[in-house]
Amino acid sequence: MASGSFLAFWCLLASFPIIWIAVMSFKAPIDAFAANPFDVIFGPETRARGDGLTVLDVVSGLALLYGAFRVAIKVLPQSVARFSPWSNVGLGWLIAAVIYALAFVLVFFGLLPPILSAINGVIGLDPIIGLTTQHYIAVWVENEFWRNFVNSMIVTIGVVAVSLTVGTLAGYALARSGSQLAFWILILALIFRALPHSVLVAGYLPVFVNSAAILEPLLGENAPTLYGQPLAIFAVLVSINQPFTIWMLRSFFLSIPADLDEAARVDGCTHFQAFRWVIMPVMWPGVITTGLFSFLLAYNDFLVTSLLLDASNQTMVPAITGYFNRETTTTDQVEAVAAAVSITAPLFLLVMIFQRQIVSGLTAGAVKG
Amino acid sequence: MLLFIAAPLVSVFTQSFFLSQPIVETVEVETCTPGFLTQTCTTETRTQPLLDENGRIIRETSFVGLQSYRNVLEPERAWEAISNFDLRGLLAIDFWKALRFTLTFTLITLPLVLGVGLAIALAVNNASKAIRGPVIFVSLLPFIITPVVGALSIRWLFVGDGILTRALEWYLQQDIAMFAQAWTIELLMLFYRVWHVAPFAFVIFYAGLQTLNQDTIEAAIIDGASRWQRLWAIIVPHLMPLIVFVSLIHLMDCYRVFEEIVGFQSQAYVISLQWLTYDFMEPDDAGNRAISRASASAMLTMIGIVILLIPLLRRTWRDHRRTRR
Repeated sequence: MASGSFLAFWCLLASFPIIWIAVMSFKAPIDAFAANPFDVIFGPETRARGDGLTVLDVVSGLALLYGAFRVAIKVLPQSVARFSPWSNVGLGWLIAAVIYALAFVLVFFGLLPPILSAINGVIGLDPIIGLTTQHYIAVWVENEFWRNFVNSMIVTIGVVAVSLTVGTLAGYALARSGSQLAFWILILALIFRALPHSVLVAGYLPVFVNSAAILEPLLGENAPTLYGQPLAIFAVLVSINQPFTIWMLRSFFLSIPADLDEAARVDGCTHFQAFRWVIMPVMWPGVITTGLFSFLLAYNDFLVTSLLLDASNQTMVPAITGYFNRETTTTDQVEAVAAAVSITAPLFLLVMIFQRQIVSGLTAGAVKG
Repeated sequence: MLLFIAAPLVSVFTQSFFLSQPIVETVEVETCTPGFLTQTCTTETRTQPLLDENGRIIRETSFVGLQSYRNVLEPERAWEAISNFDLRGLLAIDFWKALRFTLTFTLITLPLVLGVGLAIALAVNNASKAIRGPVIFVSLLPFIITPVVGALSIRWLFVGDGILTRALEWYLQQDIAMFAQAWTIELLMLFYRVWHVAPFAFVIFYAGLQTLNQDTIEAAIIDGASRWQRLWAIIVPHLMPLIVFVSLIHLMDCYRVFEEIVGFQSQAYVISLQWLTYDFMEPDDAGNRAISRASASAMLTMIGIVILLIPLLRRTWRDHRRTRR
């Protein structure tokens, strides 16, 4: 009994700040910072402006969400299994996910609102919950937050791709080699894992700022200034991330018996062929898990991106500081909240889809580490 | 790895001994303003940076030895404060202030994270299968959320007109300003860090609990061991390697506490070692970055973490020797 109530308390504690800022971001500023919590939830001021959801909206929205959820867990896996091109399941899932997301956005944001507002108008229902998307429109359209989003995506995808490529090769080599050198590389990686990120940035920053002058003898006139380039960030974030990736992938490789490579070698594969055609197919869970953690690191980073990117190439997380530095009116504050929620939403989806991989990744590191 | 990590470290190390600054010259400038009969002329000496033929400021890099370290550590002031037992004076120096916060922060959160993580893991382990999935999902949220955003979300609950400040004010019947003094900010930071890291400890301990031998527990129950005795005598020893692992990771991550300072905007009250380096690297009002001082403080930060890690490295080395023999 005691443990049950403790668990309930923890769940409330864990989710409350996140849920609360999500609720705040949809309300008019007066409601968002109201003294009475029920005013924040139901938003009388927002409702008075005519922005809100009626009973019908709430019911049909929830029904649609439930339907979408059922489709995602029941219909989607079957159709992927049946229609995957060239029987490549990974590609099939990718296409299915894109189609599903497009269809969902189309129905939920394109089709539903006009139909419902027409019906509401005919029946004459009044909204019961105040809700406005004005802050999101202000953030994404007027303040061009989508540029930051694109930059975030470039940095994140690049870092994940590079660190996985290097990490799988290095992890495989370290897992299969019993030499003294391999041990020292792992210890070195552990020390590098502990390094504060600012130490690395302090090493990179002057080089990046002066890179045009340094690279001039090599590249001539069009030597680039690396400072402010998202591509240059890859090098820094990957090197921060690499020790961790190598450790994690190594522990996944260790769990694959070495007999498997030997069998492939006996059948006449070269070392690389054995790696590509025998080990990699069994490794996908490990690679996906490690990729997730690389994604989190690159996506969540503030220190490196804020120091090494200029204002026009800023990613989402440093960009949000721009909001709360000029937080003068309550509208600005709620816009900052909306931007924060926008950053969190993709992460929320990520946990929803990959919960099992995240848990297995955390434990895999622990068991071997 | 060697190229991309070790090379920057070497460059930080060398940078910390050099200082690059614009060459300045002192010139006498005579400014004349039209006046009656004769012009009124004033002569003044002015310092201005030397420009090269392209109009850029010429910078000169010189070897300054430990000067940058001295600028960061301010040993004379620190020593004077120490010899006078003047703690406040010592903590007025940025570096010592940051060091104090970083260390207390790390040491206070460590037992809290372990305790809360273990408690959640035990509670989930006792819970029925149906609710475990949702609970794990909710628990993971604080862990994966962007640290700056997580800190902000807690800050928004406690700012002047935030909902929890209002609730506290209503409950205590007095005005509360959570962000006007250092200790309340530190309290919120501690809370945030535990909130953020406890899920990680929870997941790892929970995985460890799955491999616990049920027979031992049953035997202990038959022998009449109480809940606490079972926890101390069976569960904690079983989880010991995982507890060491979590403490280690927590030590590394907590030592580089940084995002909280940004999220809670506490620069004026509380700073950490990594934030100090960050602040030196940010361009100041004139657009200059104090690279050499940043390098010096980065080197000092690094020395700190290496000292913290030495016991662990020695243990790993001993294990390694034993397995090879």
